[in-house]
Amino acid sequence: MTVILRCPQRQPKAAIAAGPRRMVKALAAALALALPLSACGPASDADAATEATASRITVERAWSRETAPGQDAGGAFLTIVNPGSAPDRLIGGTASIAGDVHIHAVDMTGGVMRMRQLTEGLEIPAGRTVTLEPGGYHIMLMDLQRPLARGDAVPLTLEFEKAGRIEVELAVQPIGAAGPGEAHHG
Amino acid sequence: MADPAPTDRGSSRLRVMRMILWVLVLLAAGAALYALLYRSEQPPEAATYADAVGGPFTLTAPDGSTVTHEALAGKPFAIFFGFTRCPDVCPTTLARLAQLRERMGEDGDGFEIVFVSVDPESDTPEDIGRYVALFDTPILGLTGTKAQIDAIVGAYHAFYEKVPTEGGGYTVDHTASVFLMDREGKLQSIIDHHESAETSLDKLERLVSA
Repeated sequence: MTVILRCPQRQPKAAIAAGPRRMVKALAAALALALPLSACGPASDADAATEATASRITVERAWSRETAPGQDAGGAFLTIVNPGSAPDRLIGGTASIAGDVHIHAVDMTGGVMRMRQLTEGLEIPAGRTVTLEPGGYHIMLMDLQRPLARGDAVPLTLEFEKAGRIEVELAVQPIGAAGPGEAHHG
Repeated sequence: MADPAPTDRGSSRLRVMRMILWVLVLLAAGAALYALLYRSEQPPEAATYADAVGGPFTLTAPDGSTVTHEALAGKPFAIFFGFTRCPDVCPTTLARLAQLRERMGEDGDGFEIVFVSVDPESDTPEDIGRYVALFDTPILGLTGTKAQIDAIVGAYHAFYEKVPTEGGGYTVDHTASVFLMDREGKLQSIIDHHESAETSLDKLERLVSA
């Protein structure tokens, strides 16, 4: 079993939901596949570890707010979950709609809004969930090629130090939205 | 050694006179100092926050027309400083004002929402117009020359500062509070970014009923 865990790409995950009988079959198949590979060398061990970490960071509730024509920047918000035992770091991203993608922190000390670029990225501690939301952190889409329109799904690729690239789609909400669902009135 | 006494008497009288004069000088200085301190402790009655915040301005509306403080005469207003490339706090604040106005029903028509750009370099009057139109409620969006913006920001004792970013761009730090001005153009209250919607709603209700 240890071998299977070390080589997660060999594990037929889809079978797990398919019923106990098929699961047993799939496990047998996986074991059959995995046993000859029991000598996952040190190099492939490292690869497997990277992939396992990659598969552990998940990004949820990615959303943005509509922008006006001529407004050349917009904010994106999302939730990053790191159930793994190692910290990771969001270091940047790309989006075809934007010339540049920054990670920003907002500070409201003294009644003054100060927005700062996190040039070192944003740490996602092990076992933690980091939410990028209004008033805290956000992804800044710079040099927008076209406005973010209400109802659009805008592709964004996030880059993590260890997990690598993760693709998300930003659900563009009305400008008054406080979250990825409908705008909260009040 | 003929008449030493009169000379002695004269010089001692002079000494007494000098001493009296010095006492008078000290008394006068003390009185002046006291008056100065007393005055600084008792500022003129007019210098309250309500009188110190706000005042005349000249800015440009989205249609290019000039707007002054006279356009708001007799009507309470909520005024907020920001810029269109602000992705977070500005839309949150304006959207909240729009939502609170909606909750107030007819009372919501009793005040103006004014948005003043602190990024005159980038925000043209048309940009401001398209931006405020997103909020589905009438918002008076204003911009102007840097001198005009500096003047109104100063009048409201607000703050803004252009801050360079990596890669040659910039962002703008700015006051994130909303100033609630009564129908005489005087400061009535301030909405803080962190307060609950209910608290802000109470303040707006008081603003329109005052």
